[in-house]
Amino acid sequence: MKTDDLISMMANEVAPVDRGLPRRRMIQALLLGGAASLALLLMLYGLRPDLMQIARTPLFWVKLAFPATLAAGALLVLHRLLHPGLDVGLRWAGVAAPSLAIWIGSALVLALAPAAERIPLLMGSTWRSCPFNIALLSLPLLCSITWAVKAMAPTRLRLCGGVAGLLAGSSATLVYCLHCPEMGVPFWGLWYFLGILIPAAIGLLLGPRLLRW
Amino acid sequence: MLATNSLVFSMSASPHQPADDLPAMRKAAPAAHAQSHPSEERLRALLLAGLDGDAVAYRTFLAELSGRLRAFLRKRLHHLQDEVEDIVQETLLAVHNARHTYRPEQPLTAWVHAIARYKLMDFLRSRSRREAFNDPLDEAQELFAASDEEPAQARRDIGVLLEQLPDKQRLPIVHVKLEGLSVAQTAQLTGLSESAVKVGIHRGLKALAARIRESL
Repeated sequence: MKTDDLISMMANEVAPVDRGLPRRRMIQALLLGGAASLALLLMLYGLRPDLMQIARTPLFWVKLAFPATLAAGALLVLHRLLHPGLDVGLRWAGVAAPSLAIWIGSALVLALAPAAERIPLLMGSTWRSCPFNIALLSLPLLCSITWAVKAMAPTRLRLCGGVAGLLAGSSATLVYCLHCPEMGVPFWGLWYFLGILIPAAIGLLLGPRLLRW
Repeated sequence: MLATNSLVFSMSASPHQPADDLPAMRKAAPAAHAQSHPSEERLRALLLAGLDGDAVAYRTFLAELSGRLRAFLRKRLHHLQDEVEDIVQETLLAVHNARHTYRPEQPLTAWVHAIARYKLMDFLRSRSRREAFNDPLDEAQELFAASDEEPAQARRDIGVLLEQLPDKQRLPIVHVKLEGLSVAQTAQLTGLSESAVKVGIHRGLKALAARIRESL
């Protein structure tokens, strides 16, 4: 087929383009993946029994704020990576700031705590399973977000896969907070973060293969 | 490695039509873009009209873009002139399939350049991977390969790839896109619903892009 024929083919009966699609697809992906992740949480781990009492304490909301702001930052960066030719620039701060904040908070809490309490604050009682639970809960989100990304046109596939994984991981952490009994800030800064890094690494590794178009 | 602004700004082989012919030009560019290159403004106006469903403007946009892409790629693929037309076609199809990702406030050059660069890199990457398995004798054969001054033909025939698509994607493309029937006529002819025809075209063009990728 000659290039002119290809052009005629593409231009014939061209329908007005759906400008709302990118936003709609991402919202659908987050809702579907989030619901699947929540269902997984209820089946495998259950809600923490004292959820209603703990939800009245400010510390619980601080705990939610970390994955929530990280997810928002990752979404901001991902949005730029899905449109060819848009740079990310200072929006990387959306990912860096929540991470830095939780680490500074962790360092402060550890510095102010008596020496004997430092290790329990950092390791809690569930450090062995926590990152893997988060990674497991992130799988449905990773699939649904990949589906939304594939409807777009990423040109930096590895980076895009990594940020998609970051979004999946931080959203899954938000869900996992409904179960997780840990209330030590250093625990979140270390083990939640590691849990989020697992899907991010999966995205980074598989991005070039899965997202190619 | 690739200069962004050389793509849309560079003059191309395609003839320039007088701007007055184009209804799209009435959608004048906003003041914020007044400083950009006039040819970028023109192409941008054509694309925006095309995105709203103006087939004439969209065809003009693709035709002018293909000339610019050809010039852009010829300059960068010194040793691979035979492949230029293939990549032009592949990039055009990519631009078409990704047209919903263009944001009106964004410079057109940056958007097109990112897509062209992605397709070029993708091509070079899979080529170097393939070359790694190649017989070293190929180099000797290249000595005798004729150099071609004629406008290059695409080596890969998209028409052949189109034939390989399943009927529910191929028939809507053939009837609507190639024979110029309406969606309703095609629906009647094929027994598909009208929305199935539209979905078939959309998925078919994506599948076509995927076949091109596999055939690299």
